[in-house]
Amino acid sequence: MSELIEHFSYIVTIFLMVTGLYVVMARGNLIKKLVGLSVFQTSVYLLYIAPGKLIGGTAPILAPQYGAYSNPLPHVLILTAIVVGVATLALGLALAVRIREAYGSIEEDEIITLDHRGDDLRNQE
Amino acid sequence: MGLTAHLPALQVVLPLLAAPLAVLLRHGGFAFGLVTACAWAAFAAAIGLWLQVGALEGGTISYHIGNWAPPWGIEYRVDRLTSFVLLLVSGTAAIVLPWSRASIEREIPADLHYLYFAMFGLCLAGLLGITITGDAFNIFVFLEISSLSTYVLIALGRDRRALAASYRYLIMGTIGATFFVIGIGFLYLMTGTLNLADMAERLRGVENSPPVLAALAFITVGVSLKLALFPLHQWLPNAYTYAPSAVTAFLAATATKVSVYVLIRFWFSVFGESLIFEKLPLPQILLLLSLAAMFAASFTAIFQDNLKRLFAYSSVGQIGYITLGMSFDSVNGLDAAILHLFNHGITKAAIFLLIGGMVIGLARPGAVLPAPTFDRLAGLSQRMPLTCFGIVIAGLSLIGVPGTAGFISKWHLILAAMEKGQFWIVGAILLSSLLAIAYVWRFVEVVYFKPAPEGATKQEAPLSMLIPAWLLVIGTIWFGLDTSFTVGTATEAAMQLVKIGK
Repeated sequence: MSELIEHFSYIVTIFLMVTGLYVVMARGNLIKKLVGLSVFQTSVYLLYIAPGKLIGGTAPILAPQYGAYSNPLPHVLILTAIVVGVATLALGLALAVRIREAYGSIEEDEIITLDHRGDDLRNQE
Repeated sequence: MGLTAHLPALQVVLPLLAAPLAVLLRHGGFAFGLVTACAWAAFAAAIGLWLQVGALEGGTISYHIGNWAPPWGIEYRVDRLTSFVLLLVSGTAAIVLPWSRASIEREIPADLHYLYFAMFGLCLAGLLGITITGDAFNIFVFLEISSLSTYVLIALGRDRRALAASYRYLIMGTIGATFFVIGIGFLYLMTGTLNLADMAERLRGVENSPPVLAALAFITVGVSLKLALFPLHQWLPNAYTYAPSAVTAFLAATATKVSVYVLIRFWFSVFGESLIFEKLPLPQILLLLSLAAMFAASFTAIFQDNLKRLFAYSSVGQIGYITLGMSFDSVNGLDAAILHLFNHGITKAAIFLLIGGMVIGLARPGAVLPAPTFDRLAGLSQRMPLTCFGIVIAGLSLIGVPGTAGFISKWHLILAAMEKGQFWIVGAILLSSLLAIAYVWRFVEVVYFKPAPEGATKQEAPLSMLIPAWLLVIGTIWFGLDTSFTVGTATEAAMQLVKIGK
């Protein structure tokens, strides 16, 4: 039991990771896929941040009255990763909008059917 | 400290600066000039770096960004392999960009041209950055810069299927990149450093701990997604087929190759050969997947009706040869992998550039560009003799006919297999080359032996497209005859890598 509590942050991280990845793979709706992708990426933020945090630690101030501080580097890295995640989500949503304009649907199976029908039509020409 | 000392930084910064400036210019012509000039400057910088590394005789250039000493600051690190890949990437960009001017006139609405060039600049900066940086997290950031711009470039294709292909690549590519960053996270937890050279040192002694093995798994799978290792190649055929021609040519020559470079870097320079090849069954897995790619993907290629898609599947198959060389765990195998990375890069760029020119020649003036399907190509050799002949020569290089670049790398691959005493692999390489003959022959048959439709007039692609494409075609012959540059560099690079790993 104490093991579980000690590894609490990892359990949450892995749960989010697997959930996100499952949603990406199992859902056919383009928006839901992006939601899954975001959850998946967010789990990585936790993976980096949680081990860098020291309980009772402060910001990294090098002065005698502050004994322990949290590792600032993972925070900085994840700041970058968050920006990347936002950019990816924005681009994904923009593509979903364009796909909806072009196909009239954001369901993956319908898009695939439309694509195949397009192939047939062209072959008949 | 002259300008030459700062070549590593200039290599990445020039195209990185060109991209936002191109957006600010809001003018297709100016953006074209700016990004092309920066691509040429980057190519010049790559040549400079190649010469500098050569002068060091097996040493590496270490450039400290902002003068912060590694492992705290970010280090750009150039060794033989880095300089070779930099040459391939910047060289391809320097040739594809001038070519693309005439091509995008027909493929992309005029008001989006400046954005196309901006994205191209970003993509180039990302790919060069991945190659040159010696910092693990930096690789991830550059990977995402190049990937995000790639998704946009693919979505610029005229066909609506380009959108679906781009979306699919976005999902798969992001999963790959996230796997990669999870792996980096584990490595950082175990070593407390992000500098690759420092990381490699600190990993000695903890190689067998579960987090390091998990990191290896995540990084390998993540990068394999990006390099389209069979069966993780699902995003590639549609992306290559529906992207604008210039984008296809640039990506086929560089994007997957840079990912292969990342995998080589992590396997040989960070984790080390002893972990990869002695303690884990990784080489056997890679061998099987490579063989599967060589056969399954090449076989699928034979039955494609769209020429672009045919050569996209061929790319997946050819990547199989590269990873096959990696799986041998020998200097010769790695040498063959690096050689094929370069030779296949220029061969495929030549093919896709020529197809791009062909598509323009096929279209009626002002009409939407047709897809290069086989039913439209009958008797095309009479209308576009130079284009068709170029594709045939590059096709011979894909097969591996002596006198072409493809032969050299396959020959080295066969030598490496024989050195291992595995003659059945030699047989497999030859057999899979027969599949390449089949798909190249399909093209030859339709183009040379089918009668042309009535009333077809001779109409070549414009010269501004033929010249860059033929430069690459001549390159495939040149590097098939004079191998001192390619083989010399690849062998040195392989020896340097294997020495680091031991």
